[in-house]
Amino acid sequence: MKLYGVPISTATLRALACLSEKNLDYEFVPVNMSAKEHKTPQFLSRNPFGQVPAFEDADLKLFESRAITQYLAHTYEDKGTDLIIRDPKKMAIVAVWIEVESQRFDPVASKLSWELAFKPKFGMVTDDAVVEENEKKLEEVLDVYESRLSESKYLGGDCFTLADLHHLPVVMYLMGTKVKKLFDARPHVKAWAAEIQSRPAWLKVAPS
Amino acid sequence: MAIKVYGSPASTATLRVRACLAEKGLDYEFVPVDMRNKEHKSPEFLKRNPFGQVPAFEDGDLNLFESRAITQYLAHTYADKGTDLIIKDKDPKKMAIVAVWSEVESQKFDPICSKLAWELVLKPIFGMTIDNAVVEENEKKLEEVLDVYESRLSESKYLGGDSFTLADLHHIPVLKYLMGTKVKGLFDARPHVAAWAADILCRPAWLKVTSS
Repeated sequence: MKLYGVPISTATLRALACLSEKNLDYEFVPVNMSAKEHKTPQFLSRNPFGQVPAFEDADLKLFESRAITQYLAHTYEDKGTDLIIRDPKKMAIVAVWIEVESQRFDPVASKLSWELAFKPKFGMVTDDAVVEENEKKLEEVLDVYESRLSESKYLGGDCFTLADLHHLPVVMYLMGTKVKKLFDARPHVKAWAAEIQSRPAWLKVAPS
Repeated sequence: MAIKVYGSPASTATLRVRACLAEKGLDYEFVPVDMRNKEHKSPEFLKRNPFGQVPAFEDGDLNLFESRAITQYLAHTYADKGTDLIIKDKDPKKMAIVAVWSEVESQKFDPICSKLAWELVLKPIFGMTIDNAVVEENEKKLEEVLDVYESRLSESKYLGGDSFTLADLHHIPVLKYLMGTKVKGLFDARPHVAAWAADILCRPAWLKVTSS
């Protein structure tokens, strides 16, 4: 198994978190993005959109972090942490909250992490209007999360699943910015965020 | 009836679920949500979808929301009914490829095309002014995505592989809207994309949904 990516990329980290939870052996192959390696014909044959990560398991080549995690969670069901649920109705609920991360949380949270965590690193100027607009949107999303997490230990149900895992990289970045206070203002969200980030499997792959 | 869909007839997300139910040949009750009167923001509806959006779904005592979670549930739970939308033989490698292209629709295609459909189809209906800068920006992005689709579809009959799956189905409602706009030209300029689009838009199950 090989994962091609960069250690700071949230999508790469999403796949790494999953590989770590499943306790799988894999080779991490760094992609030299400053040298535009992700736009070379060779890399495009792994991910035609020219983005990290890309993944291979023997002759199977995949891209899109959430497709990679789903493949790992289903194929290596018996290894490491169980990240899906076998009962179809319970799995349907997990699927709902996987979609929530993908459709509601990530578009907003990624914009904020780009503005507040990445741009400063690259010497670029934060767009305060974008930050303000997306903080408002994030608050609405986190209000729903607060309600959900007051009835359910994890987003998908009683156990940690992909629905929670997919949040890890962006939550980590946001916790290093002023957006942390939006999480902290909501007790169940705050507790959930702290808990998932303290998982040993995550600590093994998260950048320090 | 055990299966109910709460939504609006024009909503692409609602149509995504109805397309799936039609492909599976499942009976269901369609419960219109009065969006003009903000029914989707009522406490009762928020119990079904806490984000206050359509569709919401129930199958017996199971309540779901997010169209792509609903279609996945239907495709797996009713695997033996109607069209196989996930690759029933459950080959994990084949299913993984379907998952990749389902993610592509969700992460790459839909964000761009939803913006275009909003500008070119919905805004005119609501008497709002089209933002040409947004249209131009998103047409460029769509062309890049469709170049990848053209390449994929020149090697594979459908996005997920040899057969029609959720990876294709999820595109249908937004595709239908865009084909009624100038954006159609971008699809038509790419022969494999054009053929695939025509193929999925003329599926009997989809035609059943749009004629009802």
